[in-house]
Amino acid sequence: MDQEQLILQFQKKDVKAYEKLYSLYCDSISGVVNNIVKNDDVAQEITQDVFIKTWNKADTYSAKKGRFFTWLLNIARNAAIDYTRSKKFKQSKQNLNADFFVDILESSSSLDSSTNTIGLKEFVTKLGDTCKSVIELLYFKGFTQKEASKELSMPLGTIKTRNRSCIGELRKMLGV
Amino acid sequence: MNTKDYIASGILELYVAGSLSEKENEEVHNAIVENPELLAEVQSIENAIVQLTAFAKKDAAYSFNDIKAQLTDNKPKVIPLTKPKSNWKTYVGWAAAIIFGSTLILSVLQNNQLKEQLASENLEKVTLEAQIDSASTSLAAAEKLIEVFRDKDIVSVPLDGQRISPNSYAKVYWDKKTNSIYLDGKGLPEPPKGKVYQVWSLKLSPLTPTSLGTLDSFTVDANKIFTIDNANESEAFGITLEPAGGSESPNLEQLYTLGAVAP
Repeated sequence: MDQEQLILQFQKKDVKAYEKLYSLYCDSISGVVNNIVKNDDVAQEITQDVFIKTWNKADTYSAKKGRFFTWLLNIARNAAIDYTRSKKFKQSKQNLNADFFVDILESSSSLDSSTNTIGLKEFVTKLGDTCKSVIELLYFKGFTQKEASKELSMPLGTIKTRNRSCIGELRKMLGV
Repeated sequence: MNTKDYIASGILELYVAGSLSEKENEEVHNAIVENPELLAEVQSIENAIVQLTAFAKKDAAYSFNDIKAQLTDNKPKVIPLTKPKSNWKTYVGWAAAIIFGSTLILSVLQNNQLKEQLASENLEKVTLEAQIDSASTSLAAAEKLIEVFRDKDIVSVPLDGQRISPNSYAKVYWDKKTNSIYLDGKGLPEPPKGKVYQVWSLKLSPLTPTSLGTLDSFTVDANKIFTIDNANESEAFGITLEPAGGSESPNLEQLYTLGAVAP
């Protein structure tokens, strides 16, 4: 079953199809959430909420609006950001030193030692600061092109091309 | 813009990130639908991002089973709660109205039917009463007949068939106390139209017939038993067929039955 069909089945409330989509994106979504809330347990909780929420609003998804993954990513980022605005988050004295995804990646000792992990670790350490920032803002934080351009004081077009080359490097490293 | 340039522009990376405007999203979507090469590129970018973001996940274990239970009871079950509520009332209302209406019609119909039945049963009752009445009359008559036959003072006179009608017969029961005879004419054929049976009391020497009357009601009488007054010193009884109204003297050519009183 290709992804398009999986999504159609999911929209018809097919639990099995949804389980496949879940296994495809669960780690990615929890990574994005964790990068924002910086708390493993909270990230887990929010991720579960995100997948329940997604199931409940399955009928609101339309391919015209973008990729299914992108849609999921948006829901997850919004849920995580909502949490960071809550009292609960502000009250818990967190170590917020790890500002970027790269910090999480570098500080992680328990990651499995598959080639990709090692490769990725090496990759991110070698990444230029611009790439780190662009990827962080666009993919983990959900900034629009315009917002990223403002944040990084870069022209719109530059954001686009820079991001393109950063992702290009990443793909080369991952072999996709 | 050709495909290569379109890819090189970096718009597809932004598309996957969700950083484009709604209008741009739709444009990219349409371009992808038309061009499989663009779709492959988007899938590849997406794949890279999925892997990259997954590395920011800590070591917590995730399982679909944790959320599965909560997937079953959701929205689709909540929505119908409001609608059927009003429908439920409407349906019950209509059903009640229909039941009430049909019950009313049924009882009116039933009432009419019962009235008709009552009327026809009253009629039947009258008919039955008449039947019982006539039956008790017949019973009384039959009882009287039995009484007559058993009375030792009553003389029984059999009348045998004569030349003109050898198979005919009749019987006379003569009650001398009351000076009356009971004639049983069951063995006589139906008289032809315009003719009537006439009963005669006879003295034998010399032969003197005395008319006892005609059996005018012979055809309509069911038991063919006739009560006739007879104050004569009869020695024999005879029955002749005579023109309607009867004759002064018997037409012996038409003598059907004849029987002598036992001395």
